[in-house]
Amino acid sequence: MNASSTVAAPVSVSLSDQVMIHMENVHKWYGAFHVLKNINLTVRKGERIVICGPSGSGKSTTIRCINRLEEYQRGRIVVDGLALTNDVKLIEQIRREVGMVFQHFNLFPHLTVLENCVLAPIWVRKMPRKQAEAFAMQYLERVKIPEQALKYPGQLSGGQQQRVAIARSLCMNPKIMLFDEPTSALDPEMIKEVLDTMVTLAEEGMTMLCVTHEMGFAKTVAHRVIFMDGGEIIEENTPEEFFTNPRSDRTQLFLSQILHN
Amino acid sequence: MAESHIPHPDLPPPANVIGVFGWLHRNLLSSPLNIALTVLALYLLSITILPLLNWAVFDAAWSGETRADCQAHSGACWIFIQAHFDQFMYGFYPEAQRWRVNTAVLLLVLSAAPLFVRAIPNAYKVRLGLGLLVIYPIIAYMLFKGGLFGLSGVDTRRWGGLFLTLVIAGVGMTAALPLGVLLALGRRSQMPAIQTLCVTFIEFWRGVPLITVLFMSSVMLPLFLPEGMNFDKLLRALIGVTLFQAAYMAEVVRGGLQAIPKGQFEAAAALGLGYWKIMALIVLPQALKLVIPGIVNTFIALFKDTSLVLIIGLFDLMNIVHNATTNPEWLGFSTEGYVFAAAVYWLFCFSMSRYSQSLEKRLHTGHKR
Repeated sequence: MNASSTVAAPVSVSLSDQVMIHMENVHKWYGAFHVLKNINLTVRKGERIVICGPSGSGKSTTIRCINRLEEYQRGRIVVDGLALTNDVKLIEQIRREVGMVFQHFNLFPHLTVLENCVLAPIWVRKMPRKQAEAFAMQYLERVKIPEQALKYPGQLSGGQQQRVAIARSLCMNPKIMLFDEPTSALDPEMIKEVLDTMVTLAEEGMTMLCVTHEMGFAKTVAHRVIFMDGGEIIEENTPEEFFTNPRSDRTQLFLSQILHN
Repeated sequence: MAESHIPHPDLPPPANVIGVFGWLHRNLLSSPLNIALTVLALYLLSITILPLLNWAVFDAAWSGETRADCQAHSGACWIFIQAHFDQFMYGFYPEAQRWRVNTAVLLLVLSAAPLFVRAIPNAYKVRLGLGLLVIYPIIAYMLFKGGLFGLSGVDTRRWGGLFLTLVIAGVGMTAALPLGVLLALGRRSQMPAIQTLCVTFIEFWRGVPLITVLFMSSVMLPLFLPEGMNFDKLLRALIGVTLFQAAYMAEVVRGGLQAIPKGQFEAAAALGLGYWKIMALIVLPQALKLVIPGIVNTFIALFKDTSLVLIIGLFDLMNIVHNATTNPEWLGFSTEGYVFAAAVYWLFCFSMSRYSQSLEKRLHTGHKR
């Protein structure tokens, strides 16, 4: 059911002590509905974390708080030494350093693949166009679709679009990458190409937070697996422990459901 | 070993499904009822189109100088149009100064031409377009109005004809679109003050007829202004038309904005783009492209609504034609006059419509979702 066999061998771990993301007692409500309950999470530089859990458990909302696509009502989030506030300039500054890949790719359909990639470097980083294009071509080569550079997103397959979305984020040279169910909208045969790209990224030491149901990816790439349910972090564990010896009943139930289907 | 499959060669289709005959057969003669309807339609066309053609073309007076030359013809008297043509184009603009209008038109055509050449890169076009938008109105105004650089002054009351119609329509369109975009963005703003302001503005202007706006601007406004202070009548009409159409434009644009998925805002925001850049680079290009038909619809309405300025005494194309039909020397040719005016309006509106269709096709990047 998952693409575990396709993912590369476990990656060697070399973590620094530098904290990239620190979430402290974060609470969020949609109206009266308490969607995030006391989220505490610390991510160090180079760390790769997979967040899983049933739908509606607050996984996406959690990572969307990190780049402030979602507001939260209580608690504190520090990203790369900057504490999030309502200050628009500060939020934009943080977003420059935090790349995000969405479930539905969200490429800009009116721009070519290359234009998608150079847009932010040119308008946000003020990079000269020539340089930005050269830079973008490097990343498109890394995600293995340089030949599609002049096409429009609508002409690409889902897997290709998602790889462009990854390249687009990388063009901003981010320090952290957030993945919000990057393979959930893809056909099975396209999941592999996207996961391969993510594994390559992991091997290069990128700090990554992935919301995903790809347990194979979690097993081989993650340093830590976080299990959420009902807006709470239920369990936080190493992949080995998480899959073989989960601490909570809820985790066991979840794992038995997704692994034995 | 498996037998290899050899596909049948393509046969040509039967003669009665392709070409002119195929089309006739399919669309006009496919059943007894359709044959009857075709015959009926031909009959109706013959009793309406033929007399019209006779009147407008075959029996019409095409050459001559005076009304007397028309007497011998039973059809239309196009000499009436010829005799008044200059007036229909320029109104009461002094004859010796009409080269200024021509120069301005020529200047616009020449300087805007690169915008329509596909080979020229977009980045250059944007710069040229914005430059034109700022510089051209100033040059055109100085040429039209005069009073500077040795050009004699021409009061706006003497502007008229198609020239005046184009001035009102041109100013109205170029001002109403950006204003409408800002109003649409404002209406969707998260800031309550801005949102209320925009909603109030839009709903006010959409709620009153343009004719009322024009009346108020020419009759009521002077009552409120201090003694001696006087706004140019044309300027008042321009402001009225612009604000009125901007309100409509805002709603058209808002429709486009609502069609853009939230993911587009989020993806752009996640890259670190600020509000104005997200709007200018990501959202508006897509939203405006979606509502090209609505925008052009508004433009066409605006173009035709310019004829309402006749009620405040401006001599636009409509009013100048009307004026000519009351000329004692040329009484009795109002049909010709109004047909001519209608033809000119139609020509402009139809061109806009065709251009918008080609624009839509060209901007389509194959991403219908």
